[in-house]
Amino acid sequence: MVKRTLTDKLAILADAAKYDASCASSGGQRRNSKDGKGLGSAGGSGICHAYTPDGRCISLLKILMTNFCIYDCAYCVNRASSRAERARFTVEEVTRLTIEFYRRNYIEGLFLSSGIIRSPDDTMADMVRIARTLREQENFRGYIHLKTIPDASPELIAEAGIWADRLSINVELPTETALSQLAPEKSARTIRSAMADVKTRREASRERSHRGTRPRAFAPAGQSTQMIVGADAATDGQILGNAASLYGDFRLRRVYYSAFSPIPDASRLLPLKRPPLIREHRLYQADWLMRFYGFEAQEIAPQGGMLDLEIDPKLAWALAHREMFPVDVNRAPRELLLRVPGFGTRSVDRIIAARRHRSLRYEDLLRIGCVLRNAQPFITLPGWSPRALTDSADLRARFAPPPEQLSLF
Amino acid sequence: MRVISLPRIGTVPAWRRHARALAAEGVPPGAVLWQLDAPEGAPSDLFAGAPAPEPPAPPVTLTLPREAVSAIETALHHSDPERFARTYGIVLRLARGDLRWGDRSDPALHRLLAQEKAVRRDIHKMHAFVRFREIGTPEAPRRTFAAWFEPDHPIVEPASSFFAKRFGDMDWIIATPTLTARFVSGTLSFEETRDTAPPAPDATEALWRTYFTHIFNPARLMVSAMTSEMPRKYWKNLPEADLIPEMIRTAPERAMGMIEAAPTVPPKRAEKLRRGNV
Repeated sequence: MVKRTLTDKLAILADAAKYDASCASSGGQRRNSKDGKGLGSAGGSGICHAYTPDGRCISLLKILMTNFCIYDCAYCVNRASSRAERARFTVEEVTRLTIEFYRRNYIEGLFLSSGIIRSPDDTMADMVRIARTLREQENFRGYIHLKTIPDASPELIAEAGIWADRLSINVELPTETALSQLAPEKSARTIRSAMADVKTRREASRERSHRGTRPRAFAPAGQSTQMIVGADAATDGQILGNAASLYGDFRLRRVYYSAFSPIPDASRLLPLKRPPLIREHRLYQADWLMRFYGFEAQEIAPQGGMLDLEIDPKLAWALAHREMFPVDVNRAPRELLLRVPGFGTRSVDRIIAARRHRSLRYEDLLRIGCVLRNAQPFITLPGWSPRALTDSADLRARFAPPPEQLSLF
Repeated sequence: MRVISLPRIGTVPAWRRHARALAAEGVPPGAVLWQLDAPEGAPSDLFAGAPAPEPPAPPVTLTLPREAVSAIETALHHSDPERFARTYGIVLRLARGDLRWGDRSDPALHRLLAQEKAVRRDIHKMHAFVRFREIGTPEAPRRTFAAWFEPDHPIVEPASSFFAKRFGDMDWIIATPTLTARFVSGTLSFEETRDTAPPAPDATEALWRTYFTHIFNPARLMVSAMTSEMPRKYWKNLPEADLIPEMIRTAPERAMGMIEAAPTVPPKRAEKLRRGNV
């Protein structure tokens, strides 16, 4: 075989990494290199340095260490039975790419994932070596996200958390049945126990000893996971229920939803379709409602139910719960204001701050930044009353796209 | 009429000193003409040095909430020529208690807060889209990089501390159409831009362009999502942006190709792995 150049490898191993949705680089430990002895900073809000025409941002150098893999997950471009071209980076190559890209301000850091070669432990050990080299040899203070391998030994996970800002383990599919069918070598139980292990280590790293000293930080930017949407028959209700339990049980920072997308050389087990992008978008909106707006998963989509693709989940909830509306903007508690379509968390904070001083009028809401078109049927305040609009039978039609446009999706 | 001329470097601290002094004298907003110093060599302003009688007013001590000070100083980096006068009027009203900080029903304050947001976005985009190119030798103990960037507002000063914290072990220059930031041996300084030629591409740029092309998923083409975050006005200074039109053009065909391709026979390796004898 002809020896591959660094450019060839980068092309192959970026192609292999693009199906991971996460590229967050915010939060965690505050670091900088003002002392002139290292490179990089982290801990603020992450920066998206570029956008590709798929609308996704490039924040981290997202690559696989290798796309050789002994597993055969049907949805994955790197599965053993795919004829995809294979390559493997050395530790030095990944280090060099990360540092050189970082110095040119292309990236916030590295998101390293890998196919599984030889054994989970061998693979994880190589990934940990890359992170350690960046930190210890290159004095790199930027962001590192390591995708951990659930079957790797706990000692390796423990070391990974020392060098990395974030660890993630993908649950891959929303249900256990789908996982055993499509990813026969993976086990939902192992994945969950690896997540529990990361959570325990994170908690331990934040407890001070009796002398008040703090142990070393462990994955200070937390852990996240990803679920593929549309490869199996799981409903949105099941997906959101699963996400809610992941947020609750393992204190995950984020659950990413990745619309199952056509891949080169797909498996015959999974016929390809166009990726369900609108569904993915609605799931992210629902996820937001659970994390910042006080919604429970069951309120947004019942276990067997699907999200409305035509209107956003908050509006769908409001239309189904008209008895709660209209809300008096000058009197309603925060929790209720958060349920009004067109009111974001920031608008709600501003409303509450402003109404301490005076009664708000309709015109004020526009300056506060509310989306009034969405809010109108659901609010009342001086200068505006929805009258019969709240209960009108054709209210949904006001928001849903007209039928002839449906073909666009 | 008082004419206050502000320097082009250190504009905001100078505005703050003048605003305090004027308020202490009780000078009303309508009696001040604020202007920026002309770039070197440009003719001076017609109004300069024409003092007019001012109506007396009670002195004001400027004490403001901290969050107001920070937002005001950010907003003062906007390119709007009226910003100095408007902000002086606002701080007087805030200090006298005639205006409540955060009250968006006040048109002047609403404008200031909108400009603050615009400046913050511009700074954020500068942090994102500055692209350094190496202009020294990679073996030097401190490597040297340079960038050319065109922000919407005069933000080089507030935006540069970020780069000083991030790129502490290298020397760098960021030039913009107005000012240039220079970071040498750990010291940050500003000067008028003299050289407006962007630095030449370096070798790593080809690798970056490879990465940019290959991390893109043609099956998820969403051009407007890209342009809303990376508007076309930034493209001319981004080394990867000229690849975008071709990526968009070929995407539908590549996506269809994947969907229509027939499943292949797994490689021999896969069969061996399946039997567990690797």
